[in-house]
Amino acid sequence: MTDPHLLSLTVNGAEHEVVVEPRRTLADVLRHDLRLTGTHVGCEHGVCGACTVLLDDAPVRACLVFAVQAEGSEVRTVESLAGPDGGLSDLQQAFTDHHALQCGFCTPGFLLLAEGVLAEQPDASREEVREALSANLCRCTGYQTIVDAVCATARARQEAR
Amino acid sequence: MKPAAFTYHRAHGVPDAVGLLTDLTAAGEDPKLIAGGQSLMPMMTFRLARPSALVDLGPLRRVPSMTAISESGGTLSLGALVTHHAVETAALSPGFAVLARAMRWVGHLPIRSRGTVAGSLVHGDATAEWCLLALLLDAEVVAEGPAGRRTIPAGELFHGFYATAVDPDEVVVEVRFTRPAPHAALTEFARRHGDFAIVDAAVALDLDEDGRTSGGRVVLGGVAPAPVRVPEAEEVLAAGAPADDALAAAVADAAAGAIDPPDTDDGAGVSAAYRRRLTRTLVADACRQASGAAR
Ligand SMILES: Cc1cc2nc3c(=O)[nH]c(=O)nc-3n(C[C@H](O)[C@H](O)[C@H](O)COP(=O)(O)OP(=O)(O)OC[C@H]3O[C@@H](n4cnc5c(N)ncnc54)[C@H](O)[C@@H]3O)c2cc1C
Ligand code: FES
Ligand code: FES
Repeated sequence: MTDPHLLSLTVNGAEHEVVVEPRRTLADVLRHDLRLTGTHVGCEHGVCGACTVLLDDAPVRACLVFAVQAEGSEVRTVESLAGPDGGLSDLQQAFTDHHALQCGFCTPGFLLLAEGVLAEQPDASREEVREALSANLCRCTGYQTIVDAVCATARARQEAR
Repeated sequence: MKPAAFTYHRAHGVPDAVGLLTDLTAAGEDPKLIAGGQSLMPMMTFRLARPSALVDLGPLRRVPSMTAISESGGTLSLGALVTHHAVETAALSPGFAVLARAMRWVGHLPIRSRGTVAGSLVHGDATAEWCLLALLLDAEVVAEGPAGRRTIPAGELFHGFYATAVDPDEVVVEVRFTRPAPHAALTEFARRHGDFAIVDAAVALDLDEDGRTSGGRVVLGGVAPAPVRVPEAEEVLAAGAPADDALAAAVADAAAGAIDPPDTDDGAGVSAAYRRRLTRTLVADACRQASGAAR
């Protein structure tokens, strides 16, 4: 009773068609079917946020979406952030500059969460950034540097307007 | 891949969803609706839930009434698929602004981006903010089943231990909040922000022009198998007094005295006495916030 479904979705601007079992999560389809392994999987029940991606521009837990539910949607993963030349995005560079990662396991999730938050609240205060980032877990950094990196990016983007 | 296998069916209208539930059940299946999936999917990954078929309400986001937020004549109507985040960012009138303010307590942004009002109410967690808010603001749940539509008042919705009055072959289409409360607040305590609360409290104050109460609501989660109103505490509000710290303390004492909370919760080791103390603190806080709200 695997009931395979033909699924079409757009990931980082490219259209994909895959045949999936309904119980396959979006995180698993990204990682195993599309080989986009930048999206990480930690808890697989919605608590850690390592799997955060943008689904139609909203940050979501990719482990709490069955891929079949994403039919026709647009997904953005960490692989979309780097420029065409492979250089780091401003947010990624800020993470490096502010030492916002150590082992890096949580980083793709934080990057996409932060992009989702900044798209909706470009002028988010430090308090609002802290509140939003509290969605995800990091076992290494102690969070302050992640908040620093996101706030610095927000400021730089505001100034560049 | 953690959940057990299931067959997947997209609903393309409310009657289609009801029909799928009916037909799948008749065929010996054990179907379940999925909306945001933010409660059902964790249950399925733990295999606490093993539906043999899922009926996805996702395509119904294209039906305008299912995601509509509208207010008229003192009633706020939310389509079943309205997300927590849509409410958080909606411009609601003062009578319903407590709903938007309360959303920050529901999980985190990525959960709120997908989780829905109806999913929360049908899931029926005893500490879910939506369940408390439904009792606070006299919600009515409109459910469509094979025999047509019916309206279930919030007071009859929660049977405790995740059981609700919505039948397995029914689809909730709308939730209406019929009691505006400009002076209302919800607050809670959880060990980590974003977790389900250990105890949560919601208070609505009916205030006259002099700032004296003439009635109100006190609702608690986490002190019984279902969210509850506390008549003993509401009597204190009905008796009428200035909405000050003394009243907040009196209401909190009445609430803490009236409840009979469970002694433990899933190994968290939370005693009944602890829940009682949380109740006293949170009800007093909610009273103070409510009297300050919308001033
Ligand atoms: C990490 C994490 C933290 C969370 N923290 C909180 C919290 O603090 N407070 C809180 O309240 N919630 C919390 N949640 C749960 C979240 O709010 C869910 O969104 C919500 O409980 C269910 O809504 P849903 O749309 O996701 O429903 P689903 O998970 O899709 O469904 C839940 C149940 O409702 C039924 N259902 C759904 N829609 C309908 C409908 N229209 N008609 C009939 N039946 C329907 C389903 O069949 C299922 O039984 C958390 C979740 C996670 C993963
Ligand atoms: S893997 Fe999805 S939230 Fe942890
Ligand atoms: S850098 Fe290691 S978990 Fe965050």
